[in-house]
Amino acid sequence: MSHPILEMKNITKTFPGVKALDNVTFSVAEKEIHCLVGENGAGKSTLMKVLSGVYPHGEYSGDIVFEGQVQKFTSIRDSENIGIAIIYQELALIPEMTVYENIFLGNEIKSGITIDWNETIKRAGEVVKKVGLNVNTAAKIKDLGVGKQQLVEIAKALSRNTKLLILDEPTSALNEDDSKNLLNLLRELKNHGVTCIMISHKLKEVIEIADTVTVLRDGQTVCTLDAKKGEVSEQVLIKHMVGREIDNIYPPKKVKPTDEIVLEVKDWNAYSPLLGRDILKNISLKVKKGEIVGLAGLMGSGRTEFAKSIFGNPDGYHVSGEIEIKGQKQRRFAHPEEAIASGLAYVTEDRKGNGLILIQDVKQNITLANLEEIARNGVINGNEEVSIANEYKASLNIKTPTVEQKVGNLSGGNQQKVSVAKWLFVKPNVLILDEPTRGIDVGAKYEIYTIMTRLVEQGMSIIMISSELPEVLGMSDRVYVVASGKITGEMPIEQATQEKIMELAAN
Amino acid sequence: MTFLSNAQKVLRQNIREYGMYIALFVIMTIFTITTEGVFISSRNISNLLNQTGYIAVLAVGMTLIIVIRHIDLSVGFLAGFLGAICAIALVFWKLPLLVVIIMVLALGIVAGLITAFPVAHLKIPSFVASLAGWLIYRGAILLATMGTGTIIIPNDTFNAIGNGYIPDFLGIENFLPGVHKLTLVLGLVGIVLFIMGEINNRRKKQAYNFEVLPMDMFILKLVFISLLVGGVTWILAGYNGISWTVVIMLIVTAIYHFVTTQTVLGRHIYAIGGNPEAAELSGINVKKIIYVVFGSMGLLTALSGILFTSRLQSATTTAGSLFEMDAIAAAYVGGVSAAGGVGKVIGSIVGALVMMSLTNGMNLMGIDISLQYIVRGAVLVAAVIFDVTTRGRGK
Ligand SMILES: Nc1ncnc2c1ncn2[C@@H]1O[C@H](COP(=O)(O)OP(=O)(O)OP(=O)(O)O)[C@@H](O)[C@H]1O
Ligand SMILES: [Mg+2]
Repeated sequence: MSHPILEMKNITKTFPGVKALDNVTFSVAEKEIHCLVGENGAGKSTLMKVLSGVYPHGEYSGDIVFEGQVQKFTSIRDSENIGIAIIYQELALIPEMTVYENIFLGNEIKSGITIDWNETIKRAGEVVKKVGLNVNTAAKIKDLGVGKQQLVEIAKALSRNTKLLILDEPTSALNEDDSKNLLNLLRELKNHGVTCIMISHKLKEVIEIADTVTVLRDGQTVCTLDAKKGEVSEQVLIKHMVGREIDNIYPPKKVKPTDEIVLEVKDWNAYSPLLGRDILKNISLKVKKGEIVGLAGLMGSGRTEFAKSIFGNPDGYHVSGEIEIKGQKQRRFAHPEEAIASGLAYVTEDRKGNGLILIQDVKQNITLANLEEIARNGVINGNEEVSIANEYKASLNIKTPTVEQKVGNLSGGNQQKVSVAKWLFVKPNVLILDEPTRGIDVGAKYEIYTIMTRLVEQGMSIIMISSELPEVLGMSDRVYVVASGKITGEMPIEQATQEKIMELAAN
Repeated sequence: MTFLSNAQKVLRQNIREYGMYIALFVIMTIFTITTEGVFISSRNISNLLNQTGYIAVLAVGMTLIIVIRHIDLSVGFLAGFLGAICAIALVFWKLPLLVVIIMVLALGIVAGLITAFPVAHLKIPSFVASLAGWLIYRGAILLATMGTGTIIIPNDTFNAIGNGYIPDFLGIENFLPGVHKLTLVLGLVGIVLFIMGEINNRRKKQAYNFEVLPMDMFILKLVFISLLVGGVTWILAGYNGISWTVVIMLIVTAIYHFVTTQTVLGRHIYAIGGNPEAAELSGINVKKIIYVVFGSMGLLTALSGILFTSRLQSATTTAGSLFEMDAIAAAYVGGVSAAGGVGKVIGSIVGALVMMSLTNGMNLMGIDISLQYIVRGAVLVAAVIFDVTTRGRGK
C-alpha cells in the first residue's frame, strides 16, 4: 500500500443522545478509490462532514492528518483550500444559474474587482470536457438532467485543484447509464492522481470500483478490506455491515394476489402547463387486491408524475381519464386530501423535498397525514401520539433515541422509514411507493421488503415505482414498463426479464 | 448535588425557551433600579400591561402568519381604520355597542380573507398583497375621518375596554383596604388550576410510561410559576386590579396557545410552515389554512383596533401607524423563525412585553425618543442573534 494521503485517528463525534462516531480510525492511500459502506445511521456522512470541516475542529475529538500534517479545519473553506472537496448527496447547485457560473461559484475568477467572464467561460469549458460532459456551459442547471448535474458538481470540484474528492451516495439518483459514466470518470480521475472516497449503498458498484473498502457499523470501524487481495464480495460486505448473513434479500410471499381489482386507471392523460407539453399519454393500469405492481422505467419517464396526478394532482397538471376504486367510478381527486380519504397513500421519492418536515420530530411526521385518528373534536391526544409513534418505531425498527428527535437529524435510511410509517398510519388500501429503497442500506432494504410482503399478505395493494431492476424483478407480481409518459409493456413477473424491461424502457 | 445538575440540564436543554423570560426579567430589573422602583410600582405595571394589549394581540396573529412563511404589513392601518369605523358607528350611526363590536370584528375577518385571496389563489407574495393593503387602509382612515378629524367617543362602556378594570366584591371594603380582592382571588384560582393541570398531565404521562421532569425540577417549576403569577397578581391588586385589556389579552393567548399546541388545525399550520409541499401531499389543504390564518389575523387586527381606540377614547387620522412593525418585532423577539414553521404564541406575548417594557422604562427615565428607537432596534437584533445561535442546541 502506498503511503496514506489521509488518516483520521480516533474520531469521536456525539450529538445530543447519539454517539454518531465512536473512536473511528480511517485511512486512505494516495490515488485509490476508497469506498465507505455501512448501514443507515452507521456514521458515514458524519465522518465525511468531520473530514470536510462541516463540523469544525473542537466539535469532535481525534485527529485528521492530511498529507502528513495535522489539520484543524474551522470551516469547509479550510478543507477546500488544501484540496479536499465534498459532493453531498443533495446537489448544491443553483438551478437558475448557468453551468459556468455554478462551477466557479465561491471561487470566482477576477480581474481587478470584477469577474472575468471570458476566462471563466474558457476554464469552465476545459473542466467540463475533463469530466466528459458534453453541454454548452451557458445552459442553465435546471435544464440538465440529474446525471449531468452530478458531473457539473464534479467539474466544480476539479476546478479547485482537488486532491481528495468525496462523494456521498453519488449514484443514488442516477440511472444505470449515468452511473456507469460516473464510475468510469472516477477511474479516469484516479489515473490523473485524484484520490476518491465514495459512500454508496449499491454494493455491486462498490465491488466494481473500489480498491479498498471500509465498513462502518454503529459509529465504529468494523474492518478495512483490500480488493486486490480479493477480500471484497457482496456476502462479505453484507455480513460486516449488518452483523449477520442475509441469504435472500427478497422475502418470499406466502399469498397470491386475488382477482379483485381495487384500483383501475383508464386512458389517463396529463399536460403540464409549466413545461408546455403532454407528460402522460393514454395510461391504463389495474391493481389487484394483495398485489405488488412494479412500475419500471428510466428516471424521468413520467412515473412520479403519474403517481402525483392520480394522487390529487398537487402540481396542477391538466388531467383527463377515468379512475375506479373497487369497481366504483370516482371523480378525479382534486386534492391529496380526497385521495387519502379514498384509501390511497403516496410515499414520495424525494423525502427531504416533499416527503418529510425536517424541522419537526419523528412523531409529528408519522401522524401528520392522519391526525384525525388521534384527535377528538380537533384536539390532539399527545400521549396517544407518542405511543403510536413508538409502535412504528419498534415495528419498522427506526433508529432514533426518541420519537421526539427532529427528523432532520436522522440518517437517510431512517428518514425513509419515517416516511413509510407516516403513510402506513393512514391505513391505505393502495400504497404507492416511489423509489422506496433509494439511499437505503441492505439491511433496511430487506426490512422494507419484509414490510411490503407483510402488507400485501394483510390485503393491501402496492404500486412500486422503482428504477432498480433487481428490485422490480424481486418484489413485483406484475410489471408495467413506462417510457416517455406511455406504458410500453405489461407482463406478469414470470415472463419478466432484465433485458425485456430494459428494451421496453428505452423505447 | 443531583438537584443542581438536574437544574443545569433542564436549563441547558431549554435555553432558547427560557432566554426570553430571562431577558424580560433582566430588562425589568434594570428599569426598576434606574427608576428607583417606579417601574415596578403597581400603577406602572398596570399601565404597561394596558399599553401592551393592542400590540400583543397583533403579535399573536402575526406569529401564525410568519409561521406559514408569510407576512402581513396591512394590520397597522387596518386596525386604525377599523377603530375609526367603530367610532363612526357609535357616534354618528348611533348603533348599539355590541352590534358595533361584532360588526367590526366581522369586518376584520373579511379584510383578512381579502388579503388572503391573492396570496392563496394567485400565489402573489404576501409582502406585496399586504403592502397594497397598507396603502389602501391608510387612505381609508383619512377618508373616514376626512370631515371630522379626530372623533371623540363619549361611550363609557366602550372606553372601559381599554381603560377600565374588573369590578371588585361589594360590601367588604374594610377587609384589606386598597387591595383589589377579586384580582387576588382570580390569581389564586389561576395558580390552583395551573398546578392541578400540571399534576394531571404528569400523571397521564406516567401512565403511558413517558419521561417526565425529575420530581425536584417539577416542584421547582410549579413553585416558580406560581410565584410569578402570584407576584404579578399582587402588584396588580395593589392598584385597580386586572384591567379588561389584560382579561382580553389572557383569553386571546389562552385560545391561541391551545389551538397551536393541542389541535389538528395548529399542527396543520406548523406543518405548512415546515414544508408546504410535504404538507399538501399529506392531504392538508394549504389554501384553506392560508385563509384561516389571515382571517384570524384580521380578527385580531379588529380587536387591536378596538383596544387602541377605546384606550384613546377617540379615533384619530394616524391611528395604527407602525403597529405592524411593533407586532413583527415582538414576534421575532419572541423566537419566531423567518424560515417558517417555528414560533410560539406565548413567546410573541413575551416579545411584546419586552418591547413595551423598553418603551415604558425609557419613557420613565426621560430618555429621548431618538435613543429609544435605537435601543429597541439593538434589542431586536440581539434577540434574533441569540435565537439563531442557540438553534439546534437542546431539543
Ligand atoms: N445533526 C444531528 N443531530 C443529531 N443526530 C445526528 C445529526 N446528524 C446525524 N445524527 C445521527 O448520527 C448517526 C449517524 O448519521 P449519519 O448521517 O452519519 O449516517 P449515515 O451512515 O450517513 O447513514 P445513511 O446511509 O442513512 O446516510 C445517526 O444515528 C443520526 O441519527
Ligand atoms: Mg448519509
